[in-house]
Amino acid sequence: MTVFAFLGAVEIGLVFGLVALGAYLSFRVLNFPDLTVEGSFPLGAAVAATAIVTGLHPISATLLSALAGAAAGALTAWMNVRLRILHLLAGILTAIALYSVNLRIMGRPNMPLLGEDTVFTPLRGLFGLPNYVLVPLALAVIVVVVKLLLDRFLYSQVGLAMRAVGANPQMAEANAVHTGRLTILGLMMSNALVALGGGLFAQTQGAADISMGIGVIIVGLASVIVGEALLPTRALFLATLAAVTGSIVYRIAIAVALNVDAIGLTASDVNIVTAVLVAVALVAPSSRRPFSVLRRS
Amino acid sequence: MIRIDDVSVTFGRGTPLETPALRALSLDVPDGQFLTVIGSNGSGKTTLLNSIAGLVALERGRIALGEVDITGWPAAKRARWVARVFQNPLAGTCEGLTIEENLALAHHRTRQRGLGLALNHGLRTSFRDILASLGLGLENRLGDRMGLLSGGQRQAVSLLMATMGEAKVLLLDEHTSALDPKTAAFVLETTRRLVAARRLTTIMVTHSMRQALDVGERTVMLHQGRMAVDVAGEDRARLDVPDLMHLFERLHGAEIANDTLLL
Repeated sequence: MTVFAFLGAVEIGLVFGLVALGAYLSFRVLNFPDLTVEGSFPLGAAVAATAIVTGLHPISATLLSALAGAAAGALTAWMNVRLRILHLLAGILTAIALYSVNLRIMGRPNMPLLGEDTVFTPLRGLFGLPNYVLVPLALAVIVVVVKLLLDRFLYSQVGLAMRAVGANPQMAEANAVHTGRLTILGLMMSNALVALGGGLFAQTQGAADISMGIGVIIVGLASVIVGEALLPTRALFLATLAAVTGSIVYRIAIAVALNVDAIGLTASDVNIVTAVLVAVALVAPSSRRPFSVLRRS
Repeated sequence: MIRIDDVSVTFGRGTPLETPALRALSLDVPDGQFLTVIGSNGSGKTTLLNSIAGLVALERGRIALGEVDITGWPAAKRARWVARVFQNPLAGTCEGLTIEENLALAHHRTRQRGLGLALNHGLRTSFRDILASLGLGLENRLGDRMGLLSGGQRQAVSLLMATMGEAKVLLLDEHTSALDPKTAAFVLETTRRLVAARRLTTIMVTHSMRQALDVGERTVMLHQGRMAVDVAGEDRARLDVPDLMHLFERLHGAEIANDTLLL
């Protein structure tokens, strides 16, 4: 594998590290299997790309994509908490609705960013490094900052209450935690992270596409699972680190598999490989903390 | 003071399984009183606790704490003043969180939660002190996960958590029934001590007539969602388990006789 291909994998891994943090927050912390991600990832991409093409500053456009994701998460959580719709279904409903919304936002299925300034444009030529090094570096800084902010939140009074909602809602309520409100807040944060990932992904790839969301939630889950296999821990600080690391390692593994001709895999096989990986991880007897919410008892 | 005024609760209203759980029940518990509640299965004792905690919707009636009507309040809002300990020793604490994190959750029960750190040095010190009062050696295990503790230890910590902050009312739902006799005695003794120290208004539901008469200062017996017996003071002190049984049987009998008269 070339350095270029390796750094490309790291770059995508970092962007999806944000998705992995979002999946960790919904699946792990809140125990809420949130499928909104399939719609909020391309939503972030669509919002960022459209805003940039319209002339908004790339940084504002990127923040806007996170806000849009938060709105999508709020909708799913609201349907679950207030309308009492099953969590899985609520997420699918939002995701399917977002497909139409994304088409409306972009006005077409694909929005190229050719020649437009992105958040990465100001970095060009910095330290005399090529772009394929600078972009992963910038992403690494963003992901680390986001991870640290998320850690700090989860260690706060509200964050602790949110962890209790996922672990033991009855006990949380008995300790004056408004479980519904925190579920809404948690899914807003989770989908804001995912949409931020989508917004950055569009800018690294040079386009937003309506089909970008397919399989994103499984990739996020795979990242969390790979991370937990690499770094089994209950400490929050390490768990979020594991999710991000898992995302990068997963991308590198995929890149290696696609690069080795002897295996005979092509890029179009990525989804089935991911699906098999997640399925195996869910039933593997060695997994110390299976995603209980995803398995029938 | 808890005022339960003419409260009715019916499960499955309008269905073939319609079950009245509380029927026009009225009960006042003065500040600082330790009330024990007994009754057979389906007598409404757990529903009574749940309606105070805000877990069931009242069909009729109102519930007030002092002068504040809390009838329409959601459970999380009531939890500021109403603390609960569950029958299942694993239910009152979070096994995935550490002991200190569980205590921090309870510490913030009566306070506004913000973005400040949930734990700090001062809190840890105070947690160590109150844990030491249990005499279980837990003060040296603040960072251990709750899941590592035994059922009895967890129930003792649940009690400690319920009595933290400015809780006014403590609801105990057969909180010793899932423990072995020795541990149950320890948890009960801890209950007495904490309730006395905090002067909490306490309602303890129990299956055991012995326990109902031994603990607290007033005993209420529920039967089919209504108050059947209400004894306190001298009358209660003279009462023994067989007397209570007789009282209960007489009540049953009286009711059957009434029904017969109606036929």
